[in-house]
Amino acid sequence: MNKIFLIIKREYLSRVKKKSFIIMTILGPILMAGIGIVPIYLSMQKTQMQKIEVVDESFLFTYVDKSGDTKGLIPEKDNVHFDYPQISLDQARQGFFDTEYDAILWIPQNVLNGGQKGIRLIYKKQMSNSAQSYIESALSKMIFNVMLAKNKVDPNFIKDAKDKASFTMITTQVDKDGNDKKTNTGLYTAIGLVCAFLIYFFIFLYGVQVMRGVMEEKTSRIVEVILSSVKPFQLMMGKIVGIALVGLTQFLLWVILTGTLYSIATVTILKDVDMKQIQQKEQTIKIGADLNFSEMKHNADTGEIAKLWNDFKSVDIVAILLCFLFYFLVGYLMYSALFAAVGAAVDSEADTQQFMMPITIPLILSFVVAQSVIQDPQSSMAFWFSIIPFTSPIVMMVRLPFGVPAWELALSMSLLVLGFLFTTWIAGRIYRTGILMYGKKVTWKELGKWLFFKG
Amino acid sequence: MNNILSAKNIVKRYASHTALDDVSLDIPSQSIFGLLGPNGAGKTSLIRIINQITGPDSGELFFEDEKLSQKHIEQIGYLPEERGLYKKMEVGEQALYLAQLKGMSKVDAKKKLKFWFEKFEIDAWWNKKVEELSKGMQQKVQFIVTVLHEPKLLILDEPFSGFDPINANIIKNEILNLKKQGSTILFSTHNMGSVEELCDNIALIHRSKKIVDGAVKEIRKAYKSNIYEIEFTGTMMSFTNSLWTFGKLLEHTVDGDYCKAQVQLVGNSKSNQLLESVLAAVDIQSYREIVPSMNDIFIAKVNEENVVGTQSNFTE
Repeated sequence: MNKIFLIIKREYLSRVKKKSFIIMTILGPILMAGIGIVPIYLSMQKTQMQKIEVVDESFLFTYVDKSGDTKGLIPEKDNVHFDYPQISLDQARQGFFDTEYDAILWIPQNVLNGGQKGIRLIYKKQMSNSAQSYIESALSKMIFNVMLAKNKVDPNFIKDAKDKASFTMITTQVDKDGNDKKTNTGLYTAIGLVCAFLIYFFIFLYGVQVMRGVMEEKTSRIVEVILSSVKPFQLMMGKIVGIALVGLTQFLLWVILTGTLYSIATVTILKDVDMKQIQQKEQTIKIGADLNFSEMKHNADTGEIAKLWNDFKSVDIVAILLCFLFYFLVGYLMYSALFAAVGAAVDSEADTQQFMMPITIPLILSFVVAQSVIQDPQSSMAFWFSIIPFTSPIVMMVRLPFGVPAWELALSMSLLVLGFLFTTWIAGRIYRTGILMYGKKVTWKELGKWLFFKG
Repeated sequence: MNNILSAKNIVKRYASHTALDDVSLDIPSQSIFGLLGPNGAGKTSLIRIINQITGPDSGELFFEDEKLSQKHIEQIGYLPEERGLYKKMEVGEQALYLAQLKGMSKVDAKKKLKFWFEKFEIDAWWNKKVEELSKGMQQKVQFIVTVLHEPKLLILDEPFSGFDPINANIIKNEILNLKKQGSTILFSTHNMGSVEELCDNIALIHRSKKIVDGAVKEIRKAYKSNIYEIEFTGTMMSFTNSLWTFGKLLEHTVDGDYCKAQVQLVGNSKSNQLLESVLAAVDIQSYREIVPSMNDIFIAKVNEENVVGTQSNFTE
């Protein structure tokens, strides 16, 4: 039908040309890239140098070298610097406010006998969390090593023991032919949740746009002119499809723009940040290799990424992508028909509430259920919610990466298509009556009657 | 005479009431047809059925002797009572869109729109958004959109509401013009006085039922009450005596020797007999038949049908 294309074209172009669409399209990726980049960038920013005066009464963290100078043992960080003047706490506190130091670190005598709980940091201005926790962990590790030495335990032995005790379980799923399948629960969870969230977001955002569009036509009364040219069903479907295309365009642009922005950002901003990170790492290694337990994790990073990528390849990406597109589109079509019916039934935005409820409840419910489905993707709750059309688009997407029997998928998909046909039929009937009904507060009973009116 | 549209025994029911009860209509080609009746009588329901926006519960419609179907949509132009356009859309773009929905090609629509926009002196507004236009200007745009595809049947619901007298006159002339070019116009209004003079045929609808229809002249003839208004100078006494058995004096006013009287013919008396008779008695200033207005006919008809509790307000 030629006319339905005209309607789709108008719905599409009139939205894509809007300023708000262009702004959202540009702002979206900036926000998304920002969420990814800003925290990294901020954490890499040099914080102000903190100069700390150490008053060590335990003499555990200081020693006197051959020339008689007092030297400290606490490893430094590029924004934390320690000085070790030979003074008491009282002396340090006297006139502390006029000194160049930001804080006094006081370590009591009996630090090896429970005195570590008395270690104090006295500062002028609130110090950053990272600096505080750095000092804490540095001191803690040193005490730990001293205790080991005191008990004649080789620190390397401890490190070795820790290494040997650290592992991640390898999970293997076996199919009915006895072949192994590699699995990665974390990755599956992530893929499922992202897909489910996108579908949820898309249905809500654009379903409401369908509703608003229908209401605009109704309240501006243009609908009567248009209905003298096309059938109500054509107008409704034209609007739904047009808005779906707007949504797809926006997502596509977001993906492209976010990708571009992210790669630009990584090349320019994050490149030198990475360099700093590496240099810093080398420094810490030099200062005290055995102090840094997390080091081995860092070293494992590259291997980890390769493993993740391998797991990623083990997921059937094409199948998931196709299923995602299916649930994404059919789920949207099913819900937006209902949104259109609500728009047609009411006269103003305020009246939409009572009819919105039954539409939003299954949506929100399926998102809530999705969280527990992740814990047990094969439970009977997961099964039923992924079969019932109203919740299946979201719940099935969460289950899919974990593997779903073909018959369940087929059943879920065909029920969703049936659900779509059913809601569209209902919505079409409510729509064609409601769209011409003015100045009447519509009740549920009345909506029911509309279903059986003759066209 | 050929009928462009025939409606036969149309019934339309809603949940709680019947909007149209066995209504039949014949609209002759190239005429102006008035669909009259008070608010809520069922006019809009009938118009929506003709436009195929809704369907009747029973009854049939014929467009030029063919069963009315989707293909006739392009031959009908409709101006609804509640005017409306997309507020955020540009005028020209919107007019093009609506014209294309009526089956016009883009090129053709553009050419004809240009012609009409110049005719109505609104071509400067092509790129403006509808919400920037005055109400009168929006009405003009909507009128253009209604007639652009040169429909054979033009349905105008309360066409003059919302226009100032000058623009109303422009629209009126355009309507007469369109009739001359071969269109048939169906007016719908509750303000009967406004279109009476334009219409060739009318149908009166009251409470979901058609109560009168036919050519305006015929209806007037059928409902004329043979009342004449005579203005004269002379005395009331000699006037009354001269009436003889031809007429019955209904009412009169006297202002010195200037009198005005309404007389109804009695029995088979002719207007000329009455005139000759009074001519001898008094000095006649004017003599004219009092023709009932549609409004009067409507009220008479409603009373005749003895419909109880009429709360209609026919004149605005």
